[in-house]
Amino acid sequence: MGLKILTEHINVPGIETLEVYRKHGGYKSVEKALKTMSPAEVVEEVKTSGLRGRGGAGFPAGMKWSFLAKPEGIPRYLVCNADESEPGTFKDRWYMEKNPHGLIEGMITSSYALGANTSYIYIRGELMFILRILEKAIAEAYAAGLLGKNILGSGYDLDLHVAPGGGAYICGEETALLESLEGKRGNPRNKPPFPAVKGLFQSPTVVNNVETISSVPWIVNNSGAEYAKIGIGRSTGTKLISASGNINNPGVYEIELGVPVEEFIYSDEYCGGIWKGRELKAVVPGGSSVPILPKNLILKTAAGENRLMSYESLSDGGFVTGSMLGSGAFIVFDEEQCIVRNTWNYARFYHHESCGQCSPCREGTGWMEKVLHRIEYGHGHQQDIDLLVSVAKQIEGNTICPLGDAAAWPVAAAIRHFREEFEWHIKHPKEATAPGAVYRGQLDTVTA
Amino acid sequence: MAKVTIDGIEIEVEDGTTILQAARKIGGKIVPPAMCFYTPLKGSGGKCRVCLVKVTQGSSKDTRPMPKLVASCITQVQDGMVVENTTNEEVLNARKGIVEMLLINHPLDCPICDQAGECKLQDLSYEHGVSAQRFEEERRTFNKVDLGPYIQLHMTRCILCYRCVHVADQITPERVHGVLGRGDAAEIGTYIENVIDNDFSGNVIDVCPVGALTDKTWRFKNRVWFTKPLDAHRDCPTCSGKVTLWTRGEEVLRVTARKDQYNESLEFICNTCRFDKKETKDWTIEGPTHINRNSVISANHYELPVLNVPIVPNLPVSTKKNLPQE
Repeated sequence: MGLKILTEHINVPGIETLEVYRKHGGYKSVEKALKTMSPAEVVEEVKTSGLRGRGGAGFPAGMKWSFLAKPEGIPRYLVCNADESEPGTFKDRWYMEKNPHGLIEGMITSSYALGANTSYIYIRGELMFILRILEKAIAEAYAAGLLGKNILGSGYDLDLHVAPGGGAYICGEETALLESLEGKRGNPRNKPPFPAVKGLFQSPTVVNNVETISSVPWIVNNSGAEYAKIGIGRSTGTKLISASGNINNPGVYEIELGVPVEEFIYSDEYCGGIWKGRELKAVVPGGSSVPILPKNLILKTAAGENRLMSYESLSDGGFVTGSMLGSGAFIVFDEEQCIVRNTWNYARFYHHESCGQCSPCREGTGWMEKVLHRIEYGHGHQQDIDLLVSVAKQIEGNTICPLGDAAAWPVAAAIRHFREEFEWHIKHPKEATAPGAVYRGQLDTVTA
Repeated sequence: MAKVTIDGIEIEVEDGTTILQAARKIGGKIVPPAMCFYTPLKGSGGKCRVCLVKVTQGSSKDTRPMPKLVASCITQVQDGMVVENTTNEEVLNARKGIVEMLLINHPLDCPICDQAGECKLQDLSYEHGVSAQRFEEERRTFNKVDLGPYIQLHMTRCILCYRCVHVADQITPERVHGVLGRGDAAEIGTYIENVIDNDFSGNVIDVCPVGALTDKTWRFKNRVWFTKPLDAHRDCPTCSGKVTLWTRGEEVLRVTARKDQYNESLEFICNTCRFDKKETKDWTIEGPTHINRNSVISANHYELPVLNVPIVPNLPVSTKKNLPQE
């Protein structure tokens, strides 16, 4: 069993209540930070820890904090991005449901470090039941003097609000989130200025993911140097992974970064192997927006070494041979799964969720979805494959926010690694669209 | 001040200037196209992505290239920045791709569109487009919508540049239209078939780069290249009263705001000037509007040629002042 930082007490009955949470060491970091450390010292500990943003981009959290502008007389804000909604990603909602005080403790400690006196948890609107859990926990924290004026007699004030979004995937993008939080249509903003300079209500703002913020209390309690010892290389600490797909034990796992992918898939501690004794076909290691990797590449790097669950190892080789850790949504496909159908399904999601503000994403996501739909339903042409690659290339890097990239990468990677499967779909439309049909490599036959 | 080099031409501009504005100061072919950016409108730009350029050197302090193409209309220059626009293959390919995408849902119905001759997308598709269309799926269609007595919306032609939304936000007392829906289902619309009805509503027509919002008092009356634009003014209590009259013979077919070479309004005008003053006697005529000789609108050859030596000694002052200074 690896070290558990976020999930050590997750299964303790009643851990969602303040009383039980405090019995298990809860809110010690608030006392320590507010009474014995300066905000700059907390920031320094987070920098030392090497903690990287757990929302997907993996940018060092301490460095992001240090970018925060500190003009006199203007408020600063911390906003927790709890708008998790990418297909396959469900770690944050699980964590907030199980351990709301873990997040609230992180919010207080982090807000103190950033000099924020008002903070927000922006939560996906569909997660109304978790919003209620959080509001209950926040009320408990206010009653105990952990929120509000003069927290624990330290002289530090903090108000914490939970704000539900309307349920649009784009609002997980930090600037669209801020627009939505301000009560506007959730369209991404052009950057620069970055939120650290002009964010919520035109004030300096840090937007961090639930898991990132929840990791801060442990760092404050145990030091950044101790946190940096966990994990591998620049992938320090632990990571929540939401594992789904064709595995025996789907669920959320906390791993020490650096666990071999093979071990994560096959060991009983984690995914427990491929269900029904089938063969592994491919994995999307970091949520539906990251490139899919076939069996040979998900288990081994380009250099033939074991691929590890870390930011560096999963992206090793760039997008030709690598992928990304992303938000840690590990989606496993067995040999019975159709890559074309899966790619169409992802494209359908991004088409539906594009905000429509910039031309390449607005038009391109729909175009890709329609072409993939044709191929999947037996009306594709051979030139459609190159067309998809071309459209993906026209979107990638040319949009305001990363949703365009998120839509383009899965399509481009699926064609890169499984081109013959697309070709087979087009050449054998009747067989390919039969129920249960799946391309099986050189056999070129179907099991209907 | 910052020195920036665009396609090999160096220019010094004030800090805070965007790449697009710097390129416009140089002028000519190196100016990136812009469909959504509109100088007088705060917050415009960054959406259509046709103005993407490659920054091959960020600044003299940080000489690294920017990893992605950037929207020139919103990216500020830095001292020592080197930008490639027409000289970069990646930029031209990206632009070609974006034009192709814009044309997915924009019909090339130029022969009947009232924006023909003044359409920026038309220019863009000539300069950066491809002759073949690869999109073979069903295109979206809409009915034409009358937004009040003066404006008609052809949503089929809209490229969602948001300019009209910015106009309504920034120069009219209230906005009754906006973008509804998202993705490629996004559309300009009013809430429960409202009408756009205020003193400055007509400006949404002027800012529309394509033929999505058209002037109902002008539709199908003429083609723009058959008309003669004249600068004129009147004493208006609501706006500056400085307009362009589009005439054929003695008849004023259309009134618009005066525009610069990038088709951006110099001053927004009120509806009274635009829709109610269609007699030449309502106006003090200043002289012909200067139209770039490469524009299709100049086909009527109404303006005297640009000459270094004045061969018409008694050229009226009003004409002379509108000749390009070369």
